[in-house]
Amino acid sequence: MSATRTLTNFIRALRSADVAVSPAESIDAASALAIVGYTDKMALKTALRPALAKSVDEDAAFDRLFDLYFSRQSNMPDEPASSLENTGETPPNDAPETLIELIRSGDESAIETALERAGQAAGTQDIRFSTQTAYYAQQMLKEMGVEQLEAALLERLQARTPESEAEAGEMIDARREMLRRARAHVERQFDVFGTGATQAFREDFLSKKPINALDRADYARMRALVEKVAKRLATKHSRRRRKRSVGKLDVRRTLRTNAGLGGVPFHLHWKEKVRERAKLVVICDVSNSVARYVRFLLLLAHSLGDAVDDLRAFAFSARLGEITDLLDTEGFEGTMETILRTYGMGSTDYGQALSDLTVHYANAIDRRTTIIILGDGRSNHGDPRIDLFRAIATRSKRMIWLSPEPQSMWGTGDSELPRFRPHCHAMGQVSTLNDLERTLDRVLASYQ
Amino acid sequence: MRSASPTHFHMHNAIENSDNYAALSSPEAITAGLGGVGYISTAEISMAVFLANKLRKPVLIEGPAGVGKTDLARSLARFLDVPLARLQCYEGLDEGKALYEWKYGKQLLYTQILKDRLNDVLGDGDLESLTNQLRTFEDLFFSREFLEPRPLLTAMQQAAGSVLLIDEVDKSDEAFEAFLLEVLSDYQVTVPEIGTISAKVPPIVVLTSNAVRELGDALKRRCLHLFIGFPEAARERDIVAARVPEVETRLLAQIVAFVQALREEDLRKRPSISETVDWARALTLLHVDALGEQTVRQTLNVLLKYEADIESVGPRLGPLARAAKATEGAG
Repeated sequence: MSATRTLTNFIRALRSADVAVSPAESIDAASALAIVGYTDKMALKTALRPALAKSVDEDAAFDRLFDLYFSRQSNMPDEPASSLENTGETPPNDAPETLIELIRSGDESAIETALERAGQAAGTQDIRFSTQTAYYAQQMLKEMGVEQLEAALLERLQARTPESEAEAGEMIDARREMLRRARAHVERQFDVFGTGATQAFREDFLSKKPINALDRADYARMRALVEKVAKRLATKHSRRRRKRSVGKLDVRRTLRTNAGLGGVPFHLHWKEKVRERAKLVVICDVSNSVARYVRFLLLLAHSLGDAVDDLRAFAFSARLGEITDLLDTEGFEGTMETILRTYGMGSTDYGQALSDLTVHYANAIDRRTTIIILGDGRSNHGDPRIDLFRAIATRSKRMIWLSPEPQSMWGTGDSELPRFRPHCHAMGQVSTLNDLERTLDRVLASYQ
Repeated sequence: MRSASPTHFHMHNAIENSDNYAALSSPEAITAGLGGVGYISTAEISMAVFLANKLRKPVLIEGPAGVGKTDLARSLARFLDVPLARLQCYEGLDEGKALYEWKYGKQLLYTQILKDRLNDVLGDGDLESLTNQLRTFEDLFFSREFLEPRPLLTAMQQAAGSVLLIDEVDKSDEAFEAFLLEVLSDYQVTVPEIGTISAKVPPIVVLTSNAVRELGDALKRRCLHLFIGFPEAARERDIVAARVPEVETRLLAQIVAFVQALREEDLRKRPSISETVDWARALTLLHVDALGEQTVRQTLNVLLKYEADIESVGPRLGPLARAAKATEGAG
């Protein structure tokens, strides 16, 4: 393989693993390569890393792929094994014997080279899912002339002489052996080029899957995904934006800074608006029907870190209590169990919960607070205390209600959502992680 | 490989400008040179510096506080024997503080003094001739004489080159980040009244970030990226020995072993190299010759900066100290 192609392929592998390498960075990498050369693999690694990987996550992906990719001799340029390609195109093996001879010869580097070329011709680098392995292995065999081999095999079998049978047996073994090696080759290609894509696909799928359809096996993966989403939101919203200096002249500061200039106001200072930082109060109905959603909302809100100045969380079914401190402890699964055990018993009573909030936690809510309520609004026909709800909503910056039920169900049976709705800034259905992300994105944006 | 790559490489411009800092001739030379001024480098650090010079790219260093990010720039300047221009970033930093400023006070003073002499210079004449005469003077007050260079401009003006340290770039705001991009892309700045000033010798640019916020992608992509994490035991011993030469080898090994073990604990803020150095210094001043639980407990506030951390680690101090004490000057 030529040096440039080796590098471009490596960069393709990086891109497939979510490392966004720009063309300019490719040029940097090529320059670094030209300076350092291929001879010292460790030096090459330390030289390419700063040019291609630009964060801790990318460093990790880089290290993994570098080791995978450059561990294979065939990927290194100027190796004797790849000299075939450099001397020009040798047509794919057209005689069936060649395949057999290749195996017979036991020449590892020749076999590797042949596999490598067949792999390139079959486009194994486009592999995205492990289920495609068999397909690509077949394509590789085709490129290596397996069809001729099969034709010859058929001939031998039809001849029905002892020698031809023996030859046929050898051909079958050769074919099996090549298929095995082709599969191994494709699997290695998948490790380099495909795993990233598979993961991206899986994440995309999970974030669109209704939360109540997730099973336990998904939780671990979801958790990683939630953290990723939280990081994305935090990055977006913790960026500092200077308030535009429209407003009033800050006379004091202006006079003070210009005192040395004889009071001639060269430097003007404007009064700047103080940017508010998000203050969240999350109130969760942890009765059975909603608990699954609560898990991810809390996890997401808690992972927002710096983007949120102050986060307080409350849980209720009958009585309401604060769970903020519980969120800080390690081991989220355990925390959820504790929350459910403590607050999840008893039948849901929105009136009682709102009154608890008003009486015990009135100081949690001020005009900077966004309140997010996650619940189905089913109060078991008890008084939902709309009066308290309205008072709380008026005191807050925004009141947002998330319901796991679709809009068509609002107001059916004991659902009080239509009565809460006029006092909310927004009320919507949340069923997937994407919905949660969108909601929090909007909440955080309202503080900019 | 059927699909063609969209990227084309040009390798010719990689190797041309390597003579500006002759001392940076190879990663090994850099490691040795930095070692000479007391900075214990690694292969990764030296390679990043080496490439920064060769490729004329800024290096963006990320990592926890106190692992020697800023110190790398300082040591580099000492090693190369060039000035260090340091720009500390903060929220609200603007071009006036980073690039240049007119010396308003001086301009004002000069105008005041010259006011009386104005009649002699200008003499009599009609308005038009006076204006024309004035125009010949107007460049006077907006010349280099009245220019106050700030770190970026200072770095550009050094004839023998310089190290430009842009510290904690994550604390500045986006507008400034965009401005930096422009300056760093071609190492020249434009002062409207004077013209374009380009660096005679491009400075070695080091940016540091503590990840207060995620940096813009454009800036990250423009820089070489270097992550400096907590050091391995051997390197940490070397660093502490370089900083606190009076510390005994046996105690040094114990100190480093203890700190390394402490970093494995679940802490809000893990101690970094600067804390290890402080601790080593403190223990030497106290004439401690071997770590004991009591000593560790009394001096732990040098290593851990949060009350909660000190409390949470409290019960584990005994075993940790004993394990560290069992380390005999390995390596």
